[in-house]
Amino acid sequence: MTTQIPVAEELFTWPSDSPQLIGTRYPDSGVTTFPQSTSCPKTAAQNGERVLLPRVGKLWSWTIQGFLPKSPPYAGKETPKTFKPYGVGYIQLADEVIVESRLTTAEASELKIGMDMELVIIPFTTDDDGNDIVTFAFAPVKK
Amino acid sequence: MAEDVAIIGIGMHPFGRHDNTGMEQGAYAAREALKDAGCDWSDVNYAFGGSSAAGNADTMVSALGLTGLPFINVANGCATGGSALISAYNAINAGAADVCMAIGFDKHPKGAFDPDPADFGLGKWYGDTGLMLTTQFFGMKIQRYMDQYGISASTLAKVAVKNFHNGSLNENAWRRKPMTEDEVLNALMLSNPLTQYMFCSPGEGGVALILARGDIAKKFQKKPVYLRSAVLRSRPFGSFEVFNSWLSPDRGNSPSVGAAAAAFKMAGMGPSEMDIAQVQDTESGAEIMHMAECGFCEDGEQEDLIQSGATNLDGRLPINTDGGCLANGEPVGASGLRQVYESALQLREDAGAHQVPKPIKTAFTHVYGAPGISACTVLSR
Repeated sequence: MTTQIPVAEELFTWPSDSPQLIGTRYPDSGVTTFPQSTSCPKTAAQNGERVLLPRVGKLWSWTIQGFLPKSPPYAGKETPKTFKPYGVGYIQLADEVIVESRLTTAEASELKIGMDMELVIIPFTTDDDGNDIVTFAFAPVKK
Repeated sequence: MAEDVAIIGIGMHPFGRHDNTGMEQGAYAAREALKDAGCDWSDVNYAFGGSSAAGNADTMVSALGLTGLPFINVANGCATGGSALISAYNAINAGAADVCMAIGFDKHPKGAFDPDPADFGLGKWYGDTGLMLTTQFFGMKIQRYMDQYGISASTLAKVAVKNFHNGSLNENAWRRKPMTEDEVLNALMLSNPLTQYMFCSPGEGGVALILARGDIAKKFQKKPVYLRSAVLRSRPFGSFEVFNSWLSPDRGNSPSVGAAAAAFKMAGMGPSEMDIAQVQDTESGAEIMHMAECGFCEDGEQEDLIQSGATNLDGRLPINTDGGCLANGEPVGASGLRQVYESALQLREDAGAHQVPKPIKTAFTHVYGAPGISACTVLSR
């Protein structure tokens, strides 16, 4: 049985039935960063607090990665022959922060700026022991 | 004060793919610039230069002559050339030198850049999961801009068509084959909405400029071009840049807005007084957005301007008259200096087949790059 290993610690709550991204909120400026950070890019304050981000938001912009990225840094194991394009977008989570993420769809016709999106956790590669490495992605909310 | 710095010599190694090293291309450009200025290497009393992937610029003294001059290496990403130029400009204004060289050259491997997330303050996960690609940023910035301001895919393609046309007339350009709008639109989609021919490619080349105090310029060059301003800015809070894992909903301006405004202010001239402009066209959408960021039009006006040919060589405001990054490729260290080289060539009316037909007195250049830097200049005859 394979296990699902997050690509990095403290990016999102895992394991979880309703995972959330983890950011840092700076109380003085109201700025929220993702992932967590040690100083506020607006005021340089260092009193940030760990915060769980909203699970749903609206698509702010998007693209589709049409070619196999170079490895490194890409850790996917596709070859030019097996590679399938993947969506990438920015999702605005309330008025808090706009996060960059992979998208679960790579169909241009399914993506529209302003549409509702929700967080999911997806496998994107495997480690040497065959375990799934998982990352966060946003999926269109099913009506 | 600002009119006291002149460009007295310009030299370029053709852009493209070549067998010689990046450093040799730089040295070639330096010799051409010295020849153009009618001066000797020993007349140069300060030099600034850099490359991102082709070695330390100051190594070049062994090819140009060991005169003992101070030579400072500059490393500032896509603004390396622009930063070398600003350093030379400041050295002359400060009285530290009266003849200065600014040089940039590069030689990159084929294909998209493959930067290390750690160099940009990002976790390894960012590269692992396939987000560490500049092309995605460009796709997403123009995607939202098109949605907000009504820019069409046809206009994206027309920018590429124009730049490849200008490149076809420029003997130093890399891509010299004109393309049709359909060819650009129907090419491989690299990062929606941008196709293969809407993106520039990393390449090779070198550019050197010899600058001098304005009052001695004519001793060397009968057609000096004056550098009215040279400004560099890094990103303000709320800008949208490559490799941002998050953005603030409280949106701000791009560094290009601040750099261009400061360059115009320093020059005492405005965007409407510019006769030609070279703006960073890493991809077609960038040229469109930078037109507004630099103050040449309002957001959304590009649609009519580009569709009506206003930015063509024979238009009201010719943009990227040498074919820009799209036709020349992007040797990172040299790219910003190429824009100034082209401006000087046009202002001297020496651009040959790609000389704009109208008489010109002023020119503007704008370079932009990771992780959110912009360098602008205003030039005049």
